[in-house]
Amino acid sequence: MKWLDRVLVSRYGPVIAGLVVGIIAPVLVRLGNPGNMGVCVACFTRDIAGALGLHRAAVVQYMRPEIIGFVLGSMVAALVHREWRPSGGSSPLIRFFLGLFSSIGALVFLGCPWRAYLRLGGGDWNALPGIAGLVIGIAIGVFFLTRGYSLGRSRPASKASGLLMPLTMALFLLLLVVAPQFQRTAEGDPAGPIFFSASGPGSMAAPIVISLAAGLLIGYVAQRTRFCTVGAFRDVLLIRDAHLLRGVVALVVAAFATNLALGQFQPGFAEQPVAHTNALWNLGGMVLAGLAFTLAGGCPGRQVFMSGEGDSDAAIFVLGMIVGAAVAHNLNLASSAAGPTPYGPVAVVVGILFCVGLGLTTRVDSGNVTIGG
Amino acid sequence: MNAVATVNASGLSCPQPVILTRQALRDHPHGEIVVLVDSATSRDNVRRLAEREGCSVVIEEAPSGGFRLLLSR
Repeated sequence: MKWLDRVLVSRYGPVIAGLVVGIIAPVLVRLGNPGNMGVCVACFTRDIAGALGLHRAAVVQYMRPEIIGFVLGSMVAALVHREWRPSGGSSPLIRFFLGLFSSIGALVFLGCPWRAYLRLGGGDWNALPGIAGLVIGIAIGVFFLTRGYSLGRSRPASKASGLLMPLTMALFLLLLVVAPQFQRTAEGDPAGPIFFSASGPGSMAAPIVISLAAGLLIGYVAQRTRFCTVGAFRDVLLIRDAHLLRGVVALVVAAFATNLALGQFQPGFAEQPVAHTNALWNLGGMVLAGLAFTLAGGCPGRQVFMSGEGDSDAAIFVLGMIVGAAVAHNLNLASSAAGPTPYGPVAVVVGILFCVGLGLTTRVDSGNVTIGG
Repeated sequence: MNAVATVNASGLSCPQPVILTRQALRDHPHGEIVVLVDSATSRDNVRRLAEREGCSVVIEEAPSGGFRLLLSR
Protein backbone atom coordinates (compact mmCIF):
# COMPACT_ATOMS: atom_id res chain seq x y z
CA MET A 1 0.00 0.00 0.00
CA LYS A 2 3.04 2.25 0.12
CA TRP A 3 2.60 3.20 -3.53
CA LEU A 4 -0.91 4.39 -2.76
CA ASP A 5 0.30 6.65 0.03
CA ARG A 6 3.03 7.99 -2.23
CA VAL A 7 0.35 9.04 -4.71
CA LEU A 8 -1.81 10.57 -1.97
CA VAL A 9 1.01 12.72 -0.61
CA SER A 10 2.21 13.71 -4.10
CA ARG A 11 1.14 16.95 -5.75
CA TYR A 12 -1.68 15.00 -7.41
CA GLY A 13 -3.10 13.91 -4.04
CA PRO A 14 -5.65 16.76 -3.85
CA VAL A 15 -7.07 15.67 -7.22
CA ILE A 16 -7.73 12.21 -5.77
CA ALA A 17 -9.34 13.77 -2.68
CA GLY A 18 -11.50 15.96 -4.93
CA LEU A 19 -12.60 12.94 -6.97
CA VAL A 20 -13.41 10.96 -3.81
CA VAL A 21 -15.53 13.79 -2.36
CA GLY A 22 -17.10 14.61 -5.74
CA ILE A 23 -18.24 11.00 -6.24
CA ILE A 24 -19.23 10.15 -2.66
CA ALA A 25 -21.26 13.31 -1.96
CA PRO A 26 -23.90 12.88 -4.70
CA VAL A 27 -24.16 9.19 -3.77
CA LEU A 28 -24.93 10.21 -0.17
CA VAL A 29 -27.64 12.50 -1.56
CA ARG A 30 -29.06 9.56 -3.49
CA LEU A 31 -29.02 7.53 -0.26
CA GLY A 32 -30.92 10.16 1.70
CA ASN A 33 -28.86 13.29 2.46
CA PRO A 34 -30.43 16.67 1.50
CA GLY A 35 -30.00 17.92 -2.08
CA ASN A 36 -26.47 18.98 -3.05
CA MET A 37 -25.57 18.35 0.59
CA GLY A 38 -23.81 15.01 0.45
CA VAL A 39 -21.22 16.60 2.68
CA CYS A 40 -21.17 20.17 4.01
CA VAL A 41 -19.13 21.17 7.00
CA ALA A 42 -21.19 24.30 7.73
CA CYS A 43 -24.59 22.63 7.32
CA PHE A 44 -23.52 19.52 9.20
CA THR A 45 -21.97 21.37 12.16
CA ARG A 46 -25.24 23.35 12.20
CA ASP A 47 -27.19 20.07 12.30
CA ILE A 48 -24.90 18.85 15.11
CA ALA A 49 -25.54 22.09 17.05
CA GLY A 50 -29.24 21.31 16.64
CA ALA A 51 -28.81 17.67 17.67
CA LEU A 52 -27.16 18.90 20.87
CA GLY A 53 -30.03 21.31 21.50
CA LEU A 54 -27.82 24.40 21.18
CA HIS A 55 -30.45 25.76 18.82
CA ARG A 56 -34.04 24.57 18.52
CA ALA A 57 -34.64 25.04 14.78
CA ALA A 58 -36.61 21.80 14.51
CA VAL A 59 -35.83 21.21 10.83
CA VAL A 60 -32.02 21.13 11.17
CA GLN A 61 -31.20 18.78 14.04
CA TYR A 62 -29.15 15.65 13.32
CA MET A 63 -25.89 14.23 14.63
CA ARG A 64 -24.20 13.95 11.23
CA PRO A 65 -21.95 10.87 11.16
CA GLU A 66 -19.93 12.32 8.27
CA ILE A 67 -18.33 14.94 10.54
CA ILE A 68 -17.59 12.30 13.20
CA GLY A 69 -15.98 10.20 10.46
CA PHE A 70 -13.93 13.17 9.22
CA VAL A 71 -12.29 13.63 12.62
CA LEU A 72 -11.76 9.93 13.33
CA GLY A 73 -10.61 9.09 9.78
CA SER A 74 -8.09 11.91 9.87
CA MET A 75 -6.89 10.77 13.29
CA VAL A 76 -6.35 7.20 12.03
CA ALA A 77 -4.39 8.48 9.00
CA ALA A 78 -2.25 10.72 11.21
CA LEU A 79 -1.58 7.90 13.70
CA VAL A 80 -0.71 5.37 11.00
CA HIS A 81 1.72 7.78 9.35
CA ARG A 82 3.25 9.16 12.57
CA GLU A 83 1.77 12.62 11.98
CA TRP A 84 -0.53 12.71 15.01
CA ARG A 85 0.82 15.61 16.97
CA PRO A 86 -1.06 17.32 19.81
CA SER A 87 -0.54 21.07 19.58
CA GLY A 88 -2.25 24.32 20.45
CA GLY A 89 -1.92 27.79 21.87
CA SER A 90 -2.04 29.94 18.74
CA SER A 91 -4.65 32.57 19.66
CA PRO A 92 -7.41 30.09 20.53
CA LEU A 93 -10.01 32.73 21.42
CA ILE A 94 -9.53 34.54 18.10
CA ARG A 95 -9.88 31.21 16.29
CA PHE A 96 -13.13 30.54 18.15
CA PHE A 97 -14.59 33.82 16.88
CA LEU A 98 -13.26 33.21 13.35
CA GLY A 99 -15.09 29.88 13.44
CA LEU A 100 -18.21 31.54 14.77
CA PHE A 101 -18.32 34.27 12.12
CA SER A 102 -17.35 31.90 9.30
CA SER A 103 -20.34 29.76 10.20
CA ILE A 104 -22.68 32.75 10.15
CA GLY A 105 -21.35 33.79 6.73
CA ALA A 106 -21.68 30.27 5.37
CA LEU A 107 -25.25 29.96 6.70
CA VAL A 108 -26.27 33.22 5.01
CA PHE A 109 -25.07 31.61 1.76
CA LEU A 110 -26.28 28.15 2.88
CA GLY A 111 -23.14 26.10 2.60
CA CYS A 112 -19.43 25.83 3.23
CA PRO A 113 -16.95 26.00 0.31
CA TRP A 114 -17.34 22.24 -0.21
CA ARG A 115 -21.08 22.62 -0.62
CA ALA A 116 -20.60 25.66 -2.87
CA TYR A 117 -18.62 23.43 -5.25
CA LEU A 118 -21.09 20.54 -4.82
CA ARG A 119 -23.99 22.90 -5.59
CA LEU A 120 -22.17 24.01 -8.73
CA GLY A 121 -21.66 20.35 -9.69
CA GLY A 122 -25.39 19.79 -9.19
CA GLY A 123 -26.37 22.67 -11.48
CA ASP A 124 -27.28 25.19 -8.76
CA TRP A 125 -26.02 28.39 -10.38
CA ASN A 126 -26.63 30.33 -7.15
CA ALA A 127 -23.32 28.79 -6.10
CA LEU A 128 -21.52 31.08 -8.59
CA PRO A 129 -21.93 34.34 -6.63
CA GLY A 130 -21.09 32.33 -3.50
CA ILE A 131 -17.84 31.11 -5.01
CA ALA A 132 -17.08 34.62 -6.28
CA GLY A 133 -17.58 35.89 -2.72
CA LEU A 134 -15.36 33.12 -1.40
CA VAL A 135 -12.54 34.14 -3.76
CA ILE A 136 -12.95 37.81 -2.77
CA GLY A 137 -12.79 36.86 0.92
CA ILE A 138 -9.69 34.75 0.33
CA ALA A 139 -8.07 37.59 -1.64
CA ILE A 140 -8.66 39.99 1.26
CA GLY A 141 -7.15 37.41 3.62
CA VAL A 142 -4.12 36.99 1.33
CA PHE A 143 -3.63 40.77 1.40
CA PHE A 144 -3.41 40.66 5.21
CA LEU A 145 -1.15 37.59 5.16
CA THR A 146 1.34 39.29 2.85
CA ARG A 147 1.40 42.28 5.21
CA GLY A 148 2.44 40.06 8.11
CA TYR A 149 -0.86 38.95 9.63
CA SER A 150 -0.31 36.06 12.04
CA LEU A 151 -2.07 34.42 14.98
CA GLY A 152 1.30 33.44 16.41
CA ARG A 153 2.86 30.06 17.07
CA SER A 154 1.26 26.92 18.37
CA ARG A 155 3.25 24.70 20.68
CA PRO A 156 3.30 20.98 21.41
CA ALA A 157 0.50 20.03 23.79
CA SER A 158 -0.46 17.08 25.96
CA LYS A 159 -1.92 13.89 24.52
CA ALA A 160 -5.12 14.66 26.41
CA SER A 161 -5.44 17.92 24.48
CA GLY A 162 -5.06 16.12 21.16
CA LEU A 163 -7.45 13.31 22.12
CA LEU A 164 -10.28 15.50 23.36
CA MET A 165 -11.84 16.26 19.97
CA PRO A 166 -11.74 12.65 18.67
CA LEU A 167 -13.14 11.44 22.02
CA THR A 168 -15.90 14.04 21.81
CA MET A 169 -16.76 12.73 18.34
CA ALA A 170 -16.80 9.16 19.66
CA LEU A 171 -19.23 10.34 22.35
CA PHE A 172 -21.38 12.02 19.68
CA LEU A 173 -21.46 8.72 17.78
CA LEU A 174 -22.57 6.92 20.93
CA LEU A 175 -25.30 9.54 21.45
CA LEU A 176 -26.46 9.04 17.86
CA VAL A 177 -26.59 5.25 18.07
CA VAL A 178 -28.06 4.95 21.58
CA ALA A 179 -30.25 8.07 21.21
CA PRO A 180 -31.16 8.29 24.91
CA GLN A 181 -34.05 10.52 25.98
CA PHE A 182 -33.57 11.51 29.60
CA GLN A 183 -36.58 13.76 29.84
CA ARG A 184 -39.60 15.09 28.01
CA THR A 185 -41.38 18.43 27.98
CA ALA A 186 -44.89 18.82 29.40
CA GLU A 187 -46.17 18.34 25.84
CA GLY A 188 -44.34 15.03 25.63
CA ASP A 189 -41.67 16.23 23.19
CA PRO A 190 -38.10 14.97 23.62
CA ALA A 191 -35.97 17.35 25.66
CA GLY A 192 -32.52 15.91 25.16
CA PRO A 193 -29.76 15.10 25.41
CA ILE A 194 -30.05 14.51 21.66
CA PHE A 195 -32.53 15.97 19.20
CA PHE A 196 -33.63 14.63 15.81
CA SER A 197 -35.56 16.54 13.14
CA ALA A 198 -38.88 14.96 12.20
CA SER A 199 -39.05 17.00 8.97
CA GLY A 200 -36.85 19.28 6.86
CA PRO A 201 -33.19 18.85 5.89
CA GLY A 202 -32.31 17.52 9.34
CA SER A 203 -34.60 14.55 8.79
CA MET A 204 -32.91 13.66 5.50
CA ALA A 205 -29.98 11.35 5.96
CA ALA A 206 -28.21 8.40 4.43
CA PRO A 207 -27.96 5.29 6.66
CA ILE A 208 -25.65 5.90 9.63
CA VAL A 209 -23.16 3.15 8.72
CA ILE A 210 -22.75 4.46 5.17
CA SER A 211 -22.43 8.10 6.28
CA LEU A 212 -19.86 7.14 8.89
CA ALA A 213 -17.87 5.01 6.43
CA ALA A 214 -17.93 7.84 3.88
CA GLY A 215 -16.74 10.28 6.54
CA LEU A 216 -13.93 7.95 7.63
CA LEU A 217 -12.74 7.46 4.05
CA ILE A 218 -12.85 11.17 3.24
CA GLY A 219 -11.15 12.01 6.55
CA TYR A 220 -8.35 9.55 5.83
CA VAL A 221 -7.79 10.71 2.24
CA ALA A 222 -8.04 14.41 3.15
CA GLN A 223 -5.48 14.05 5.96
CA ARG A 224 -3.00 12.41 3.59
CA THR A 225 -3.55 14.83 0.70
CA ARG A 226 -3.93 18.05 2.81
CA PHE A 227 -7.03 18.76 0.69
CA CYS A 228 -8.09 22.37 1.35
CA THR A 229 -10.72 24.24 -0.62
CA VAL A 230 -9.61 27.65 0.66
CA GLY A 231 -5.88 27.00 0.27
CA ALA A 232 -6.79 26.18 -3.34
CA PHE A 233 -7.41 29.81 -4.27
CA ARG A 234 -5.08 31.23 -1.63
CA ASP A 235 -2.03 29.42 -3.02
CA VAL A 236 -2.83 30.49 -6.58
CA LEU A 237 -3.13 34.14 -5.50
CA LEU A 238 -0.15 34.02 -3.18
CA ILE A 239 2.45 31.78 -4.83
CA ARG A 240 0.92 30.79 -8.20
CA ASP A 241 0.66 27.17 -7.03
CA ALA A 242 -2.43 25.44 -8.44
CA HIS A 243 -1.99 21.93 -7.03
CA LEU A 244 -4.77 22.38 -4.43
CA LEU A 245 -6.99 24.15 -6.95
CA ARG A 246 -6.81 21.11 -9.21
CA GLY A 247 -8.41 19.19 -6.33
CA VAL A 248 -11.34 21.61 -6.29
CA VAL A 249 -11.74 21.35 -10.08
CA ALA A 250 -11.69 17.55 -9.75
CA LEU A 251 -14.39 17.79 -7.07
CA VAL A 252 -16.69 19.89 -9.27
CA VAL A 253 -16.14 17.70 -12.34
CA ALA A 254 -16.67 14.46 -10.38
CA ALA A 255 -19.78 15.83 -8.68
CA PHE A 256 -21.16 16.97 -12.06
CA ALA A 257 -20.54 13.56 -13.65
CA THR A 258 -21.94 11.63 -10.68
CA ASN A 259 -25.03 13.84 -10.46
CA LEU A 260 -25.57 13.38 -14.18
CA ALA A 261 -25.23 9.60 -13.87
CA LEU A 262 -27.69 9.52 -10.95
CA GLY A 263 -30.18 11.82 -12.67
CA GLN A 264 -29.63 14.51 -10.02
CA PHE A 265 -28.21 17.26 -12.25
CA GLN A 266 -30.79 20.06 -12.38
CA PRO A 267 -29.38 23.27 -13.85
CA GLY A 268 -30.93 26.60 -12.94
CA PHE A 269 -31.33 29.27 -10.30
CA ALA A 270 -34.85 28.68 -9.00
CA GLU A 271 -36.14 25.81 -6.88
CA GLN A 272 -32.70 24.53 -5.94
CA PRO A 273 -32.50 22.39 -2.78
CA VAL A 274 -31.62 24.22 0.45
CA ALA A 275 -30.63 27.37 -1.45
CA HIS A 276 -31.88 30.89 -2.13
CA THR A 277 -31.52 33.16 -5.16
CA ASN A 278 -30.32 36.39 -3.53
CA ALA A 279 -27.02 36.84 -5.39
CA LEU A 280 -25.83 39.79 -3.27
CA TRP A 281 -25.96 37.89 0.03
CA ASN A 282 -24.87 34.60 -1.49
CA LEU A 283 -21.77 36.60 -2.34
CA GLY A 284 -21.62 38.62 0.88
CA GLY A 285 -21.98 35.61 3.16
CA MET A 286 -19.11 33.86 1.43
CA VAL A 287 -16.87 36.96 1.50
CA LEU A 288 -17.08 36.71 5.28
CA ALA A 289 -16.61 32.94 5.31
CA GLY A 290 -13.68 33.00 2.88
CA LEU A 291 -11.95 35.77 4.82
CA ALA A 292 -12.43 34.03 8.17
CA PHE A 293 -11.20 30.68 6.83
CA THR A 294 -8.13 32.32 5.30
CA LEU A 295 -7.28 34.13 8.54
CA ALA A 296 -7.61 30.80 10.39
CA GLY A 297 -5.33 28.96 7.94
CA GLY A 298 -7.72 26.69 6.06
CA CYS A 299 -11.21 25.71 4.95
CA PRO A 300 -13.68 24.25 7.45
CA GLY A 301 -13.05 20.73 6.21
CA ARG A 302 -9.34 21.22 6.76
CA GLN A 303 -10.01 22.56 10.27
CA VAL A 304 -12.02 19.41 11.06
CA PHE A 305 -9.23 17.17 9.74
CA MET A 306 -6.53 19.08 11.64
CA SER A 307 -8.60 18.68 14.81
CA GLY A 308 -8.28 14.92 14.21
CA GLU A 309 -4.50 15.33 13.86
CA GLY A 310 -4.37 16.69 17.42
CA ASP A 311 -4.47 20.41 16.59
CA SER A 312 -6.54 21.90 19.41
CA ASP A 313 -6.52 25.35 17.75
CA ALA A 314 -8.36 23.83 14.79
CA ALA A 315 -10.67 22.03 17.22
CA ILE A 316 -11.54 25.35 18.83
CA PHE A 317 -12.30 26.78 15.39
CA VAL A 318 -14.71 23.87 14.81
CA LEU A 319 -16.35 24.44 18.20
CA GLY A 320 -16.66 28.11 17.18
CA MET A 321 -18.45 26.95 14.03
CA ILE A 322 -20.89 24.83 16.07
CA VAL A 323 -21.62 27.75 18.41
CA GLY A 324 -21.79 30.14 15.43
CA ALA A 325 -24.40 27.90 13.81
CA ALA A 326 -26.41 27.92 17.04
CA VAL A 327 -26.16 31.73 17.17
CA ALA A 328 -27.18 31.94 13.50
CA HIS A 329 -30.37 30.00 14.14
CA ASN A 330 -31.19 31.39 17.59
CA LEU A 331 -30.86 34.99 16.34
CA ASN A 332 -32.53 34.30 12.98
CA LEU A 333 -29.41 35.09 10.97
CA ALA A 334 -29.34 31.94 8.82
CA SER A 335 -31.00 32.17 5.42
CA SER A 336 -33.76 29.87 4.24
CA ALA A 337 -35.06 28.91 0.80
CA ALA A 338 -37.02 32.19 0.95
CA GLY A 339 -33.77 34.18 1.11
CA PRO A 340 -31.70 35.96 3.72
CA THR A 341 -33.37 37.19 6.90
CA PRO A 342 -33.35 40.93 7.73
CA TYR A 343 -30.60 40.27 10.29
CA GLY A 344 -28.26 37.91 8.42
CA PRO A 345 -26.68 40.64 6.26
CA VAL A 346 -26.12 42.82 9.35
CA ALA A 347 -24.28 39.96 11.03
CA VAL A 348 -22.21 39.45 7.86
CA VAL A 349 -21.13 43.11 7.91
CA VAL A 350 -20.25 42.86 11.61
CA GLY A 351 -18.25 39.71 10.89
CA ILE A 352 -16.36 41.30 8.01
CA LEU A 353 -15.52 44.31 10.21
CA PHE A 354 -14.25 41.91 12.89
CA CYS A 355 -12.06 40.08 10.38
CA VAL A 356 -10.70 43.27 8.78
CA GLY A 357 -9.87 44.69 12.22
CA LEU A 358 -8.08 41.45 13.02
CA GLY A 359 -6.25 41.46 9.71
CA LEU A 360 -5.04 45.01 10.22
CA THR A 361 -3.92 44.66 13.83
CA THR A 362 -2.73 41.09 14.39
CA ARG A 363 0.95 40.87 13.52
CA VAL A 364 3.61 38.23 13.54
CA ASP A 365 5.99 38.04 16.50
CA SER A 366 9.61 38.96 15.84
CA GLY A 367 12.33 36.35 15.56
CA ASN A 368 11.05 34.45 12.55
CA VAL A 369 14.22 34.98 10.56
CA THR A 370 17.73 35.10 11.96
CA ILE A 371 20.87 35.72 9.98
CA GLY A 372 23.12 32.70 9.63
CA GLY A 373 22.58 29.03 10.36
CA MET B 1 27.09 25.77 9.07
CA ASN B 2 27.23 28.19 6.16
CA ALA B 3 23.56 29.10 5.88
CA VAL B 4 22.93 32.81 5.35
CA ALA B 5 19.59 32.81 7.16
CA THR B 6 17.41 30.62 9.35
CA VAL B 7 13.62 30.85 9.12
CA ASN B 8 11.88 29.56 12.24
CA ALA B 9 8.39 28.73 11.00
CA SER B 10 7.58 26.21 13.74
CA GLY B 11 4.01 26.39 14.96
CA LEU B 12 2.86 28.91 12.35
CA SER B 13 -0.40 28.27 10.45
CA CYS B 14 -0.63 27.85 6.68
CA PRO B 15 0.58 29.63 4.61
CA GLN B 16 2.97 31.60 6.83
CA PRO B 17 5.90 29.13 6.59
CA VAL B 18 5.73 29.45 2.80
CA ILE B 19 5.48 33.27 2.90
CA LEU B 20 8.46 33.58 5.27
CA THR B 21 10.54 31.15 3.18
CA ARG B 22 9.78 33.00 -0.03
CA GLN B 23 10.73 36.30 1.60
CA ALA B 24 14.00 34.84 2.89
CA LEU B 25 14.84 33.51 -0.58
CA ARG B 26 14.24 37.00 -2.00
CA ASP B 27 16.18 38.79 0.74
CA HIS B 28 19.13 36.42 0.40
CA PRO B 29 19.59 35.67 -3.30
CA HIS B 30 22.74 33.62 -2.65
CA GLY B 31 23.66 30.98 -0.11
CA GLU B 32 21.84 28.31 1.80
CA ILE B 33 18.76 28.91 3.89
CA VAL B 34 17.57 26.79 6.80
CA VAL B 35 13.83 26.51 7.49
CA LEU B 36 12.49 24.98 10.71
CA VAL B 37 8.91 23.63 10.70
CA ASP B 38 7.04 21.34 13.05
CA SER B 39 4.44 19.67 10.82
CA ALA B 40 4.60 17.38 7.81
CA THR B 41 2.20 19.68 5.96
CA SER B 42 4.49 22.71 6.38
CA ARG B 43 7.50 20.56 5.47
CA ASP B 44 5.86 19.53 2.19
CA ASN B 45 4.61 23.05 1.42
CA VAL B 46 8.02 24.64 1.98
CA ARG B 47 9.75 21.91 -0.02
CA ARG B 48 7.32 22.39 -2.94
CA LEU B 49 7.91 26.15 -2.94
CA ALA B 50 11.68 25.84 -2.67
CA GLU B 51 11.89 23.32 -5.50
CA ARG B 52 9.79 25.57 -7.70
CA GLU B 53 12.18 28.41 -6.89
CA GLY B 54 15.04 26.25 -8.15
CA CYS B 55 16.44 25.08 -4.81
CA SER B 56 17.57 21.62 -3.88
CA VAL B 57 16.14 20.61 -0.51
CA VAL B 58 17.61 18.34 2.16
CA ILE B 59 15.27 17.43 5.02
CA GLU B 60 16.33 16.24 8.45
CA GLU B 61 13.90 15.07 11.10
CA ALA B 62 14.71 16.66 14.44
CA PRO B 63 14.91 14.23 17.37
CA SER B 64 12.49 16.41 19.33
CA GLY B 65 9.96 16.32 16.48
CA GLY B 66 9.71 18.78 13.63
CA PHE B 67 11.89 19.15 10.56
CA ARG B 68 14.93 21.11 9.45
CA LEU B 69 15.01 21.92 5.74
CA LEU B 70 18.26 23.00 4.09
CA LEU B 71 17.59 24.98 0.91
CA SER B 72 20.55 25.27 -1.50
CA ARG B 73 20.81 27.07 -4.83
